[in-house]
Amino acid sequence: MARSIVDISGHIIDSLILPKVLDLIINLGAEFRIIDIHIGHRRADRSSARIQIDAPTQDSLEVILAKVKEHGALPVETEDEAARLEPAPADGILPDSFYATTNLPTLIRLDEKWIEVEYPEMDCAIRLIPTSGRAETVPMHRARKGDLIVVGHGGVKVVPMERHVPREPFEFMSSAVSTEQPKGLLIREIAESMRRTRAERGRILVVAGPGLVHTGASRHLIELIENGFVQVLFAGNGLAVHDIENALYGTSLGVYLEKNIRASEGHEHHLRAINAIRKAGGVRQAVEQGLVQRGIFYSCVKKGVDFVLAGSIRDDGPLPDVITDTLKAQDAMREKARDVRFALMMATTLHAIATGNLLPATVKTVCVDINPAVVTKLSDRGTFQAIGLVTDVEPFLRELSQYLKRDENTSDAL
Amino acid sequence: MRLLMCPPDYYGIEYEINPWMSKGRQTDRQRAHRQWADLRQMLETRLSLKIDLVEPIAGLPDMVFSANAGVVWGLKFIASNFRHEVRRGEVPFCVEWFRRQGFEIVRLADELFFEGEGDLLRCGDVCFAGYHIRSDILAHQRVAEIIESEVLSLELTDHWFYHLDTCFCPLGAERALYYPPAFDQYAREVLQGHIAELIPVAAAEAQRFACNAIVAGNAIVMNDGCPETREKLQSLDFTVYETPLDEFIKAGGSAKCMVLTID
Repeated sequence: MARSIVDISGHIIDSLILPKVLDLIINLGAEFRIIDIHIGHRRADRSSARIQIDAPTQDSLEVILAKVKEHGALPVETEDEAARLEPAPADGILPDSFYATTNLPTLIRLDEKWIEVEYPEMDCAIRLIPTSGRAETVPMHRARKGDLIVVGHGGVKVVPMERHVPREPFEFMSSAVSTEQPKGLLIREIAESMRRTRAERGRILVVAGPGLVHTGASRHLIELIENGFVQVLFAGNGLAVHDIENALYGTSLGVYLEKNIRASEGHEHHLRAINAIRKAGGVRQAVEQGLVQRGIFYSCVKKGVDFVLAGSIRDDGPLPDVITDTLKAQDAMREKARDVRFALMMATTLHAIATGNLLPATVKTVCVDINPAVVTKLSDRGTFQAIGLVTDVEPFLRELSQYLKRDENTSDAL
Repeated sequence: MRLLMCPPDYYGIEYEINPWMSKGRQTDRQRAHRQWADLRQMLETRLSLKIDLVEPIAGLPDMVFSANAGVVWGLKFIASNFRHEVRRGEVPFCVEWFRRQGFEIVRLADELFFEGEGDLLRCGDVCFAGYHIRSDILAHQRVAEIIESEVLSLELTDHWFYHLDTCFCPLGAERALYYPPAFDQYAREVLQGHIAELIPVAAAEAQRFACNAIVAGNAIVMNDGCPETREKLQSLDFTVYETPLDEFIKAGGSAKCMVLTID
């Protein structure tokens, strides 16, 4: 498969030049996708379109490009321009005009070839590894003196993502945040997308805040973990502490979740839970020693789910598993986020945005929060692919696990 | 209406850049001169048009086809960029003529081929432009920006009808003559969608350059030997003037090719 992107502009609608070019592409055995189109309002206004061409071979692509050029469609990139590289002047410092990445799939041109940049991530630089000829994103703090960093925009191609033309059910959902959306349909689509991801052996990431435990939603998440719908979990000290407090004492912040009454001296429970885990050496050890026998993290350990707990300045304890150096935590999350295909973020602002920053735009991302501002913030900071659901996390997870169970039964029946 | 013409002092078949041309079939210089002079006289006396002349230059035999020099739009002259090297020598002389007349000269980028009024004709509010054989579609886009008007590009597919003015002739704002086989299917649809009354010309008369006519109000000047087209036009209340121009058909041109509209 060979791909190229062309631009065409002018009075291309009334002159039927656009349909002619699209017909040409099809007649020559390739496929097209209109990535962007702008139609002029008045007769004298020009229109423009950006078209992606997918041809079976490089040779056929060349033929098509030559043909559509005669009708005014020109390749977007200047094929001859190579990416410019400059060495990083010191550890953690990038060259002045370093290319700042987006979270979209990106290619750089070197030695007359396009190289795909590995691990697309926003707000990073692009580093070339001369020994292997590979290119990857590198966060500022990971740059080492002498690393070859891409500078300027020449020879860099970003592959835009289609946003408006729905192709699969998941894409019907708009990223607009609304409290008025019919949630049942969205949740069903999320369930279907998760099932598909699992069937294709893609990794699913859950990012969750402690509200999940307070609202009594733990059991639904546990079900998801037990049924293989979670491969990675990102959280802070809070979620783990409340989950373990619940496992050890049956309370969350001193309240019995089952009975909804306050335990005497209950406010100390979470501190005692932290102390017990510190004594055991960590969450995993506490599970292995039989100290923790239920809960989200119990299931994570039992099912081999990777978890990263990132610390914050207000943490109690924290648990020995919590990474308190934020850069180290970011790196650990970065590594575990690689190869993730689906991300479900629930009831957390800080961890949702931190994770959104690390994910390529190609990862389907769902953000569930009772506060619409969380989803807005996520989109505003560049994770434009995020689908927002404004709802309490417990009813959301309950419905999601019901759909997943129902689908499970259907597939069993088949 | 004011037109620019160029006397055929150096006209002849010195190269072959379209299927009409054959160095083996030379022009009769005297006869050509007489036919050109008759056309000029007809335009001046019968149609009362004002004719300006640009001086012919030795070694530039096609300069007689002044329609290809460029396009006049208001006070701007958009100069042509000929596809064929042999015609590029005409450009500086035409540019100089317009400069002296006080026109603002607009040059397109060298890589954008554009052959003036030969490939750009206005019908009503819309300009139609031929491409693929001589002019480039990218040149049309640039011209559209310069003239701030809608320019609809039409693909020409028959090398015998290499310029738009050889197969399309606007008759006022809502009517036009055209030779359908010279266009691709999309272009034919565009014409059908934009022009209320399209009059197809038969192959035999298209080859006599029936579409390469000069239109001034209700008067039309064309090569002789196109009776069907003439009768059709007369039935639409046009006054048709025929004048023999076969010496110029040897080079692939006729009446319209020999005049450039100045205003």
